[in-house]
Amino acid sequence: MTVTTDTLHDVRFIEPAGTRNYLNVDYGIFSWLLTRDHKRIGILYMISITVMFFIGGFFAMMMRIELLTPEGDLLTSDTYNKFFTLHGIVMIFFFLIPSIPAVLGNFILPIMLGAKDLAFPKINLLSWYLYIIGAVFGLYVIVAGGVDTGWTFYTPFSTQYSNTHVFATTLGAFITGFSSILTGLNFIVTIHRMRAPGLTWFRLPLMVWALYATSIVMLLATPVLAITLVLLMIERVLHVGIFDPALGGDPLLYQHLFWFYSHPAVYIMILPAMGVASEVIAAFTRKKIFGYKFVAFSSLAIAFLGFLVWAHHMFVAGISIYSAMIFSFLSYFVAVPSAIKVFNWTATLYRGSVALLTPMLYILGFIGLFTVGGLTGLFLAALGLNVHVTDTYFIVAHFHYIMVGGAVMAYMAGIHYWWPKITGRMYPEWWARVAAGLIFVGFNLTFFPQFILGYLGMPRRYHAYAPEFQVLNVMSTAGASVLGVGYLLPLIYLLWSLRFGRKAGPNPWGAVGLEWTTSSPPPKDNFRETPTVTWEAYDYVGMMKAMGETQDV
Amino acid sequence: MTVELEIPYNVHARPETGLYNAKLGVWLFLASEVMLFGALFSSLILIRTSAEHWPRGWEEGLNIPLATLNTFILIASSVTVVLAWANFRLGNVKRGRLLLLATLACGFGFMIIKTIEYYAKFTAVPPHLPSTSNFFALYFTMTGLHGLHVLGGMILFAYLSGPGFKMWEKEPERYVNRIEVVGLYWHFVDLVWIFLFPTLYLL
Repeated sequence: MTVTTDTLHDVRFIEPAGTRNYLNVDYGIFSWLLTRDHKRIGILYMISITVMFFIGGFFAMMMRIELLTPEGDLLTSDTYNKFFTLHGIVMIFFFLIPSIPAVLGNFILPIMLGAKDLAFPKINLLSWYLYIIGAVFGLYVIVAGGVDTGWTFYTPFSTQYSNTHVFATTLGAFITGFSSILTGLNFIVTIHRMRAPGLTWFRLPLMVWALYATSIVMLLATPVLAITLVLLMIERVLHVGIFDPALGGDPLLYQHLFWFYSHPAVYIMILPAMGVASEVIAAFTRKKIFGYKFVAFSSLAIAFLGFLVWAHHMFVAGISIYSAMIFSFLSYFVAVPSAIKVFNWTATLYRGSVALLTPMLYILGFIGLFTVGGLTGLFLAALGLNVHVTDTYFIVAHFHYIMVGGAVMAYMAGIHYWWPKITGRMYPEWWARVAAGLIFVGFNLTFFPQFILGYLGMPRRYHAYAPEFQVLNVMSTAGASVLGVGYLLPLIYLLWSLRFGRKAGPNPWGAVGLEWTTSSPPPKDNFRETPTVTWEAYDYVGMMKAMGETQDV
Repeated sequence: MTVELEIPYNVHARPETGLYNAKLGVWLFLASEVMLFGALFSSLILIRTSAEHWPRGWEEGLNIPLATLNTFILIASSVTVVLAWANFRLGNVKRGRLLLLATLACGFGFMIIKTIEYYAKFTAVPPHLPSTSNFFALYFTMTGLHGLHVLGGMILFAYLSGPGFKMWEKEPERYVNRIEVVGLYWHFVDLVWIFLFPTLYLL
């Protein structure tokens, strides 16, 4: 049976009151641990990565406290090395990479497609278990005494000199990698196979395009990291000479292999964030995203170009000047699709009916911070300047603007935007705005001084520094405290809202998109009957016309 | 436990592409595998081209006749798995199972020969270990990873001809699909060997 725009909010999609939803359809620990419901698996991921986020945040906070004074007084240099390493590993492998795809993507992708689940529900559960096994290795390393190689595991330090738990850490990262690969595979097959009738490629929400591009990167880049870590483990245990120059190996080879994954990994973190941005902007401006196709294809362009720029992490590592020039040139190219997105988002805001609710506040922050991060990325792509700021706080500030200012802001936006759908409850808007404000201010206060510090020459990865850098470091630490409070607040009020939050209707934002046509929280099978899509993505005008409504939806 | 969901194209192919979900999934998985082995081959090329002297396989005592035999065994196993799939499709269950076991046997044969080769390296005087030279580091890593893939395939074939065979009675079409999907993976494993053999032994 066909369902058209005018039946978009048809009661047939909405469960009658008292019907079981995915949360209360069955109870018990095993109904969660053995679930194949993509929504429950999304929540399992949400819980696990939240734990990892606060562990990673703890290390960050300790580092910032150490850096209050120029002397190394709180942490020894060895401990400090372990802390920045663990901060990086936990945040990248166990928080950022699974954050938006595995939590929000898992939850929302099948619903956006009008499907009942992902194409391979069991493999989806397997992905979560692989993630957990990897994370257990990570936690073991933290308890057992840490690792001090930096999250990049550069050889020969990691293979020959480090006395810390390099093997267990790399094994954990290796296993978690397969979780990522399987999620990517699952998403691609799902997007190809399970779109509802009428949901053509160019009617897909841009979040789906972003997840598709992300999945390609996950699928094709992660195996390279896997083999790199295997080679590292073999070299560490068997003392072979693949990366060791004394035995005829090549330490640069390690860096090439590592960054061949780890540069695209940046796009695993930022592409889904861009997808969330598109969804939120469309919903809170009541407009179609300006230049839909450009935004869609720019995701694919970023995924493709992301594979061709890895050696810009190695400009001072002794690669040939000619290849450095080529990689510098190609790195500028990545800015083009990223800029297309930023311009299209801002063009969407123009004459839109902008509602400054929490998700939108986060996304406006995201656009600004991502732009700063992206523009400083252009500084870094320039060979001369890159040599000047390599291994300084300028780099630290740059990638935190992308990863925290970009990816985490968008993750927070997405969590708030879909929270009513996930839980059926509204979060407290006032507190959420306070938290969004604190995070924005705290973030800038933390990381903007680091640009200046880096430009002035303060090197990263030391627990002590020259006294003239203290003022800016104190600012940064103060900002980190504000940021910390900003992150704790949502933890509290979101948990509070589970019980005390106002009940959300099926569509609290008046947004278009299949996820808003079903109940909140959705029933186990997402839709009572398979929807048929006859509208373009974000077609507010068409939808309002079809519904005969003139007031604000 | 909850009821299994209906997922479109889980068993039947989507008409316009001729692919069912698992087949699309396995092709994507193989793309991932290409990157895995691709990184290893790239490493080999980089280390080899920057080495002052790179030994030829036969100079280092690699057993070309045995490896040639192994190549033929693997190619034969690729044929048997396709025949197994075709026979199951035609409903020739007995012959299908036999061919499946033949594929498994080929896998065994390959692994036994590989073990003989490895054993000879370890017991040579002086022994050829991964730490002996870059050549052996890469030789053992690449053939080792490939061997693990062969082992993985054997486990899948053992499952399909053993406990997994129960599916044939209830859902024959899905069972045949499984054979096809595992077969695709098996062809890939063969193909990797077809590249490994000349790269390590002959060139």
